[in-house]
Amino acid sequence: MPKRTDIQSVLVIGSGPIVIGQAAEFDYSGTQACRILKAEGLRVILVNSNPATIMTDPEIADATYVEPITPEFVEKIIAKERPDALLPTLGGQTALNTAISMHEQGVLEKYGVELIGANVEAINKGEDRDLFKGVVAAVKEKIGYGESARSVICHTMDDVIKGVDELGGYPVVVRPSFTMGGAGSGFAHDEEELRRIAGQGLTLSPTTEVLLEESILGWKEYELELMRDKNDNVVVVCSIENFDPMGVHTGDSITVAPSMTLTDREYQRLRDIGIAIIREVGVDTGGCNIQFAINPDDGRVIVIEMNPRVSRSSALASKATGFPIAKIAAKLAIGYTLDEVPNDITEKTPASFEPTLDYVVVKAPRFAFEKFPSADSTLTTTMKSVGEAMAIGRNFTEALQKALRSLEKKGSQFDFTGPVGSKDVLLEEAKRPTDGRINTVMYAIRAGATQEEVFEYTKIDPWFVDQLFLIKEIADDLAAAEKLNPELLAEAKRHGFSDAQIADIRGLREDVVREVRHALGVRPVYKTVDTCAAEFAAKTPYFYSSYDEESEVAPRTKPAVIILGSGPNRIGQGIEFDYSCVHASFALSDAGYETVMVNCNPETVSTDYDTSDRLYFEPLTLEDVLEIVHAETLAGPVAGVVVQLGGQTPLGLSQALKDNGVPVVGTPPEAIHAAEDRGAFGQVLAEAGLPAPKHGTATTFEGAKAIADEIGYPVLVRPSYVLGGRGMEIVYDEERLASYIAESTEISPTRPVLVDRFLDDAIEIDVDALYDGTELYLGGVMEHIEEAGIHSGDSACALPPITLGGFDIKRLRASTEAIAKGVGVRGLINIQFAMAGDILYVLEANPRASRTVPFTSKATAVPLAKAAARISLGATVAELRAEGMLPKEGDGGTLPLDAPISVKEAVMPWSRFRDVHGRGVDTVLGPEMRSTGEVMGIDSVFGTAYAKSQAGAYGPLPTKGRAFISVANRDKRTMIFPARELVAHGFELMATSGTAEVLRRNGINATVVRKLSEGEGPNGEKTIVQLIHDGEVDLIVNTPYGTGGRLDGYEIRTAAVARSVPCLTTVQALAAAVQGIDALNRGDVGVRSLQEHAEHLTAARD
Amino acid sequence: MTTSTRGAAKAPAVLVLEDGRIFRGRAYGAVGETFGEAVFSTGMTGYQETLTDPSYHRQVVVMTAPHVGNTGVNDEDPESGQIWVAGYVVRDPARLPSNWRSRRSLDDELVKQGVVGISGIDTRALTRHLRERGAMRVGIFSGEAWKGVRDEALLARVKEAPQMQGANLSAEVATKETYVVPAIGPDGEAVPLGTAKFTVAAVDLGIKGMTPRRMAERGIEVHVLPATATAEDVYAVNPDGVFFSNGPGDPATADGPVAVMRAVLERRTPLFGICFGNQILGRALGFGTYKLKYGHRGINQPVQDRTTGKVEVTAHNHGFAVDAPLDKVSETPFGRAEVSHVCLNDQVVEGLQLLDQPAFSVQYHPEAAAGPHDAAYLFDRFVSLMEAERA
Repeated sequence: MPKRTDIQSVLVIGSGPIVIGQAAEFDYSGTQACRILKAEGLRVILVNSNPATIMTDPEIADATYVEPITPEFVEKIIAKERPDALLPTLGGQTALNTAISMHEQGVLEKYGVELIGANVEAINKGEDRDLFKGVVAAVKEKIGYGESARSVICHTMDDVIKGVDELGGYPVVVRPSFTMGGAGSGFAHDEEELRRIAGQGLTLSPTTEVLLEESILGWKEYELELMRDKNDNVVVVCSIENFDPMGVHTGDSITVAPSMTLTDREYQRLRDIGIAIIREVGVDTGGCNIQFAINPDDGRVIVIEMNPRVSRSSALASKATGFPIAKIAAKLAIGYTLDEVPNDITEKTPASFEPTLDYVVVKAPRFAFEKFPSADSTLTTTMKSVGEAMAIGRNFTEALQKALRSLEKKGSQFDFTGPVGSKDVLLEEAKRPTDGRINTVMYAIRAGATQEEVFEYTKIDPWFVDQLFLIKEIADDLAAAEKLNPELLAEAKRHGFSDAQIADIRGLREDVVREVRHALGVRPVYKTVDTCAAEFAAKTPYFYSSYDEESEVAPRTKPAVIILGSGPNRIGQGIEFDYSCVHASFALSDAGYETVMVNCNPETVSTDYDTSDRLYFEPLTLEDVLEIVHAETLAGPVAGVVVQLGGQTPLGLSQALKDNGVPVVGTPPEAIHAAEDRGAFGQVLAEAGLPAPKHGTATTFEGAKAIADEIGYPVLVRPSYVLGGRGMEIVYDEERLASYIAESTEISPTRPVLVDRFLDDAIEIDVDALYDGTELYLGGVMEHIEEAGIHSGDSACALPPITLGGFDIKRLRASTEAIAKGVGVRGLINIQFAMAGDILYVLEANPRASRTVPFTSKATAVPLAKAAARISLGATVAELRAEGMLPKEGDGGTLPLDAPISVKEAVMPWSRFRDVHGRGVDTVLGPEMRSTGEVMGIDSVFGTAYAKSQAGAYGPLPTKGRAFISVANRDKRTMIFPARELVAHGFELMATSGTAEVLRRNGINATVVRKLSEGEGPNGEKTIVQLIHDGEVDLIVNTPYGTGGRLDGYEIRTAAVARSVPCLTTVQALAAAVQGIDALNRGDVGVRSLQEHAEHLTAARD
Repeated sequence: MTTSTRGAAKAPAVLVLEDGRIFRGRAYGAVGETFGEAVFSTGMTGYQETLTDPSYHRQVVVMTAPHVGNTGVNDEDPESGQIWVAGYVVRDPARLPSNWRSRRSLDDELVKQGVVGISGIDTRALTRHLRERGAMRVGIFSGEAWKGVRDEALLARVKEAPQMQGANLSAEVATKETYVVPAIGPDGEAVPLGTAKFTVAAVDLGIKGMTPRRMAERGIEVHVLPATATAEDVYAVNPDGVFFSNGPGDPATADGPVAVMRAVLERRTPLFGICFGNQILGRALGFGTYKLKYGHRGINQPVQDRTTGKVEVTAHNHGFAVDAPLDKVSETPFGRAEVSHVCLNDQVVEGLQLLDQPAFSVQYHPEAAAGPHDAAYLFDRFVSLMEAERA
């Protein structure tokens, strides 16, 4: 049956900002879906607040709304666009929740919008724990197997003790009913623990009720990805097995596809259950993901949960199999059936089949615990990783070792030469799942642990454990061999050893190992991901390397450009860089090149097999990149390798690639050095006559003290050679300087600490610009809302700048040009300035695409990354202006006065982390970047744009109610005017005694509330923390004190996170929020698509 | 380059294709030599079922899934009493099996049953080769069979081996004596012989264990007869229905079973055939059969039931197919016949049905083992035919 004819327009909801658990994979799925719907001739209307996405590129949809994904805003869009249908299953939980709430509010009915791809009943059945238990029970009734974890509800301690027997003994999970965030739950291994935990649980529960559940910790964990069409055809796209057993969120586990340790009978049983569930739940069309646990002792199967939508695992499954789940889900949603959709890869066979793999895929999570030192690093059922890398090999060992090196993190690869320590200690450590537990296991193996011991402590399946032993035995052989002969080297490579690992084991340099390897003719071949294990010829060049016999890279005649991606998402290097790489690929393809993408991040658009002409799913290490360049050089002419769009990862390879004779295009490695090396950059600034804040470097406290004394406190200190502001801190006095240096493990004679003058109260400015060697194109100027000292990635900013005048822009342009020229940039450069008093200081320059490129591009309607890619390959700004890629005249510094104002706001992951005591982590912004994503608010005036950015990031700003204010002394003056405005808008103010006093002296009435440290009052007056917890506060303004007295603030801010109350931690943010509240109270806040904004801008430019 | 599989410390081995292409690896399973038709199977699970499927008799099976043997060998999953493949080709054999049902390692089982294999070769390259050039004869050599023998001499031996085309193999794999699989009652226990709802005579041309079991689960008592059974033998069990099984070899040689099938059709007894049984029905109806270039062997094949339009994901193992028209109903000596099922990958005939009497067959494996259970409804369809006949 063909496509439905009654749908002409579809609204697609994206997933909003990147947060832990909902990341770039939804850009991938949403982009695929929008393209498909558009290709089918439908009008596609998109809403997504995240500017760093490909899906919000104006070409992807017909009307792109970068507006908050809240029912209020989405309703405005529906009212304006009147779509026939809404597709909610491709934007993660955010989209699904928004759609459900609009359905419940009757909005969809009111405007006659049909929900496609999912029905509300199915969504509820899949998502509601109790309803889903009923689904599983119904399935068991029908097919005879599949069950939920056994549980009993208890109201007394007697019930509890009896309950354990019913469940079959210890351990058991205790879950108190109706407590927030799972408070009071835990594992009980014996009666004593049970009495303690359940006793507390019964007390905590408002209904004196605890749920006792059998423990499935340590069981094998599996996932199936399924698709169903309207004719009830169902296929299982992929099976995934978790290396880490039950107890670790699948997003935080190392996972393997296909499943490795199931017989066909067991696998088919999961498949039968999965299919029965998708039918019972009633997912009409589209994809879903079902998780299972299997008891390793007897094979009992427990169904854990399902997601009735496209999920992170679907993105992984799509990349792992070559079966594009989101794309097909979109087709099914508009009426096609699986057998009507062709398999893109073979072109000849239909999508109504199940992919079969002749390789192994391993996904490894990437964490950022170093950014949250107080957070508990134990992995649990709450996802904490910020990104992931995927690798493909012809066997598990090859894929695993490639995945670990793709993580691009110190210590992520197995180490075979470092000291090991005690086996018992290591085994005990490996018991607790953490980031890098697999490395601990390897150390335990090196320390003499047996396979049985490793299994006993970790419950990692013995087959996987044996594979780790296999890797270790090869390392032993490598160490013991007299010399590196071809057989041994081939064997090691076949099991995924990197040249660097072999070099380490052999006490050689990596390049020496590579030379020997090449001399011996041991090189990888490239195989194709083809969905069918070579049964049919593949038309899509989606490659992975393997040390096998036959390579499948076809010769080509067009010159190729190899684009290096950015690897796993992490804080500081996320989806924004993927955006730039994808743009480069599109632009260079249009310019007649064959584009070759290299990346290892399954959550991205860049690793979609139809983004570039060729895709290499490979780690971004020097070794892996050199081999790809070699393979592509054999295939045809290579015009160059682009390194400046994927963030620091490829940039860091630039010099080494050049040294190996690889043609790096764009900004040359020497220029990168000139920007990154402090001495060399100082020289550039000096020659251009530009000031930088006073600074010095030191390796000891005495040295640092001398510098700080000279330039004066506060100073900004940081270790050298770090990214994302890692370990950076503002130090206000000598005492803290001493402890900082004593605490820092990263400072050594070769790694000095950098001490900079901290520009208190300065305005920070970010500039993105293009430079072709003669002409500068100022892409955009962003003014930070928070003061200097907060990492630019965490700071909100406005474009065009809201308080800078024409003279300032002129100075910024001149300085940017001088630096771009002095450094020798060919392409993009990002410079951070600080305006203090009347002096424009240069903080740093990055000769690459920055995090803000997508934001700048969208705010100014100019494709900067595309232009940068073209400039890298020799085009000039003048040529690009003539072509129309850049505006004919003017640039991002000369935006018309009525240009829209765009505000970028960062989104922080606080709520994901708890310390070891289960308390939240502090939420104060600082020089170290900790945000995971961003949103954009765009409107004609700043206040509205800011209000939209807040609504997109954290939920709408309150327009009335109670505001609590407590600010540091230095902020008290600047707080007065915005506080007065709040009162004018009808807010009731609450303040701690000190702040309240200042407010009253200025004629502003504020109720004094008790600090946490003061405790509850004699008449039961609540402390501020209690008030927040009780939902009696609507807005919080709390700026941190420099030193001391932090505890109160900490409790206030963590309570704010727990209750999702907007919490402003700078007075600048308060001032902006007041403008936003003002805009909201003035009434109608409208919505406008990017296409409309662009039309307006272009008209103004011409 | 890919020359070894650690831990096994196995002897060198070589795989020689009849067109001269050679792959070098390590011995897996028994050391020695073996010959057969090289075919590849794309299933990612179910190696035990594959190895013990009689249809693989005289074939050297190349596994496209790289890791084989991970779940060891258990006593429940074999589809017959022995391993039938002539040789086994894998990339990365497991060093340690892991599964609660595992009794021993696959390597040991292959050695015990004398199955010569090879590991550590580029199985994908070999698969691509077979896909492009078609299934062909192959030899695997290790130990004494390999030592000091020149490649040319090995190739000459491969070329001496018999072809699959024209091979009549059913009798070699089928049971020699009739045996009975009792029906299974609702309580899961065997029903006493002679009291089951239906009796089926199943002609064993290389039957898999799961097939009579699927029937038994539906209350059928199955009398499994040797491949050489005559029509008299079939009707001696007083059957409600007759079944023709899967099996190895070229259907063009199966004149005996075709004659029996015709006799069954004459008597209008409900009839069901699987795989080889489908080809025999095709021949009985007057259609031809032909050899596919490289066959269908895997558990992910999309087959469309042309009556409902629904697609089922199915298990396949066939190198030959029926040549029947897809676009029309055919007149046959037994009334009108049509193609009921078709493989969506390549439009190969996957099922036949008679419109004027109770007989149908499929080319693929509704009993699965290994593979998805999507097509299990066909056994219900067989039951319905018998019920209708009785009514």
